Amino acid sequence: MLELRNVTKTVGAQEHIRDVSLTLQHGSLNVLLGPTLSGKTSLMRLMAGLDAPTSGSVWFDGKDVTGQKVQKRNVAMVYQQFINYPAMTVYENIASPLRVAGVEQARIDKEVRNAAALLKLTPYLERTPLSLSGGQQQRTALARAIVKNASLVLLDEPLANLDYKLREELRAELPKMFAATGTIFVYATTEPHEALLLGGNTATLSEGRVTQFGPTVEVFRKPVDLVTARTFADPPLNAIVLSKKGSDFLLEGGVKLPVPPELNGIPDASYTIGFQPHHLSLERPNASAVPVRAKVTITEITGSESFVHLDFADARWVMLAHGILDFETDDEVEVFIDPRHIMVFDQNGRAVTASKLAA
Amino acid sequence: MDKTWNNKAWFLVLPMLVLVAFSAVIPLMTVVNYSVQDTFGNNVFFWASTEWFEELLHSDRFWEAMVRNLIFSFIILAIEVPLGIFIALNMPKKGWGVPVCLVLMALPLLIPWNVVGTIWQVFGRNDIGLLGYYVNALGFNYNYVQDPFDAWVTVIVMDVWHWTSLVVLLCYAGLVSIPDAFYQAAKIDGASRWAVFRYIQLPKMQRVLLIAVLLRFMDSFMIYTEPFVVTGGGPGNSTTFLSIDLVKTALGQFDLGPAAAMSLVYFLIILLLSWVFYTVMTNYDAER
Amino acid sequence: MARIEVNHIRHSYLPNPQKDSDFALKEVHHTFEDGGAYALLGPSGCGKTTLLNIISGLLHPSHGRLLFNGRDVTNLSTQERNIAQVFQFPVIYDTMTVYDNLAFPLRNRRVPEADVDRKVRETLDMIDLASMANRKARRLTADQKQKISLGRGLVRSDVNAILFDEPLTVIDPHMKWVLRSQLKQLHRRFGYTMVYVTHDQTEALTFADRVVVMYDGEIVQIGTPAELFERPRHTFVGYFIGSPGMNVLPVSLDGRTAKLGAQRIELPGVPKAEAGAVELGIRPEYVRLGREGMAVQVSKVEDVGRHKVVRANLEGREIAAVIGEDDEVPAEPKVRFNPAGINIYADSWRVEIGA
Repeated sequence: MLELRNVTKTVGAQEHIRDVSLTLQHGSLNVLLGPTLSGKTSLMRLMAGLDAPTSGSVWFDGKDVTGQKVQKRNVAMVYQQFINYPAMTVYENIASPLRVAGVEQARIDKEVRNAAALLKLTPYLERTPLSLSGGQQQRTALARAIVKNASLVLLDEPLANLDYKLREELRAELPKMFAATGTIFVYATTEPHEALLLGGNTATLSEGRVTQFGPTVEVFRKPVDLVTARTFADPPLNAIVLSKKGSDFLLEGGVKLPVPPELNGIPDASYTIGFQPHHLSLERPNASAVPVRAKVTITEITGSESFVHLDFADARWVMLAHGILDFETDDEVEVFIDPRHIMVFDQNGRAVTASKLAA
Repeated sequence: MDKTWNNKAWFLVLPMLVLVAFSAVIPLMTVVNYSVQDTFGNNVFFWASTEWFEELLHSDRFWEAMVRNLIFSFIILAIEVPLGIFIALNMPKKGWGVPVCLVLMALPLLIPWNVVGTIWQVFGRNDIGLLGYYVNALGFNYNYVQDPFDAWVTVIVMDVWHWTSLVVLLCYAGLVSIPDAFYQAAKIDGASRWAVFRYIQLPKMQRVLLIAVLLRFMDSFMIYTEPFVVTGGGPGNSTTFLSIDLVKTALGQFDLGPAAAMSLVYFLIILLLSWVFYTVMTNYDAER
Repeated sequence: MARIEVNHIRHSYLPNPQKDSDFALKEVHHTFEDGGAYALLGPSGCGKTTLLNIISGLLHPSHGRLLFNGRDVTNLSTQERNIAQVFQFPVIYDTMTVYDNLAFPLRNRRVPEADVDRKVRETLDMIDLASMANRKARRLTADQKQKISLGRGLVRSDVNAILFDEPLTVIDPHMKWVLRSQLKQLHRRFGYTMVYVTHDQTEALTFADRVVVMYDGEIVQIGTPAELFERPRHTFVGYFIGSPGMNVLPVSLDGRTAKLGAQRIELPGVPKAEAGAVELGIRPEYVRLGREGMAVQVSKVEDVGRHKVVRANLEGREIAAVIGEDDEVPAEPKVRFNPAGINIYADSWRVEIGA
């Protein structure tokens, strides 16, 4: 179990990590999700012991390891860049952590061949990394992380430099490779859909803070605040600021969006309403759905679906609709908001939920 | 970037600290000691206060050496930097020519200072030196032993020959780090050769150029061995730079007090330059 | 703007190419229509960047000719072709302001300063950077720098085409959306001929009117996003486009039925497959999971937010199905294939299905 307790990291005048507390279990897959410079890499360096926190402590299996050197922690790290020893063969690259550990030759051979088979590198064992494709180079780096049998494996955007399809394949294989080992697995990414595909737990990061940590789908569906919702939205979150009066949120043009029944008790005030692109639709999804008129800015087709970018008052929304739609720019369309699927945030950006109301 | 702390590490650093104490701090203290005392030998010392420093700062000889040194540094920078850039720009970027050029460039840097001095001392002589003989044969009256101007030319040419490579190598490193896309974009934008240099290559070389200029300036300010071997500071005092003057004072005349004061001033100047170097570099990086 | 004809172009990076495999581009013959938005899509090493660099003139093809509006430009330099290109990593002139960056291509061409000013201001408005005109370009964010790269192309009135080489690689996901839709709006408003190279199907499909799918130095299919989705000409296109890609199952044919192990699948017609290995392709979006049809064993359900991807085993074959975000997997799961989504392949190439 890896615990970060109130960890803060400042470099010069800049706060890279602000008061982060996280507990990661053995055998778990944990995604760090956030845009560039949100602190993903800094946090990983603290977990690995490459940096020491400015304040707070790091615990591993009940032992305070704050300030302990990375060499003593049995950590493996894989980076966005493909980092291998260029002068060694793939075999020697994979074997290197075992050689350092002084493992005997017979076991090295067995483990290297196992890892190579798992990562489909067997035909390339005698080649040097630079003669391989990007995907194979990254597989070599991953194989090295596997044979190390580390208790903590940190992957910093490991697929970012690979082709889309290759990414898809490796992404599916990665959790399987480490699942059996009981390793704590940490994966940093900027892409929300990558977090969803990996599953496990997700910690969303924004400006050096962890805004939420929990099962990935739960963080996606029930963000605790607006920042988390925005971080975990691709395309960008549809949002609009509305004032609540009685049992309705008031939209422009006299349209009323009913407050979800479980939130009826919230005081009349101004709220930010957020919803996913696929919860905006051209056909009325149910009786309670509310129609609004919005202006099309652009339509993007993905084959089976269309992303329709819309302007509604000051808000810019994206609707994900089935089928191929070809609206002209400035067309007015009627779209439906499904009140069952809206997220409500108060003026401080905190999510308003039924359980909070009850408390 | 700060690293993980480790108490044991201090034990590893200890031998180094002792070494530094013996090699730098103690001799420096000795110099400080000398600089404020006077002696007539026999290990009898008198307190001299700041006498030597005042004398030094009012000494024409010191200021002349200083001005000479500054002029020298300025001239070699004015030659070596543009020449270094020009050579770096014309070096091959790929193929077998790269290692060949790099080795050729590195050669002068590998020769010991006094050997460089000796080479040019012989090379420039007009009786047996290849250069001296033929320059005279061409009708120029060249004699670095007698003519101050010829002595300066010799010392400068020698320094250019010895150190331009350093500028070349630094610039070359800066140049090869420029991604191809920049040159392609420039082609598409219709940029001339000059514009490519001015807006892509020069800005990308800025950092290494800064290092080159500061290194060369500090180094040339401390130059000693080569001119000492070639001209011995002459003819007259025409190539007596600060360091040569210092040695003349200390060893030639055995004026330990003034020499010590001069050493300290010299040391402070170099320290000041290093500080400027450091500040400029860190500011530059912060701005990036 | 121009119509770009790629006339039987082959290219090899080797000095003396012999075999077909020596060629990075085997043979490409295609016309990019004036004002079209095209994407060149394929995995790394498929030749898409080679083709782009041949169009821009950064590479000279080993064989074939290139024509702009019917005029042979094969031997013209990049400058003379008047194209603009946006690279993977933003190329900006560090020391210049945003304004001067945009003015640079015009000043190089000795455009009078009054015209430069007018064009630069127009372009700054187009790319939404008017408020940053006097900022030093190197201080901007990656997406703004990428807009400057684009702006240096837009500023020229004589540009024949704007080429993009994976321009969104270093941009954060949120900004990718913004930049992509701005790009598309620019295309709609000004009708530039645009060619966009990418390995990312979402970028290709959302950006382009027509997508050129490349594989191993050749064009495999050219089509609208809908065509590529519904009627992939080759199983590679089926696999490469779509996430997850198309399910491809080996079958044997018997008139209007395809046999997969013990299962019989009704086809919308009789496929015109003469010989070769026959496969049935169906996208996960057309696989209906329910209580009727062919029995499957579900191995994994991936919740990707807006829908779920169900991985199952059908007659010993992995297949994927897409179900709605609120749908559940039934106790005894079975699948049916929507006939509209069925394609038949012989030796990996699609065959027509007759009446």
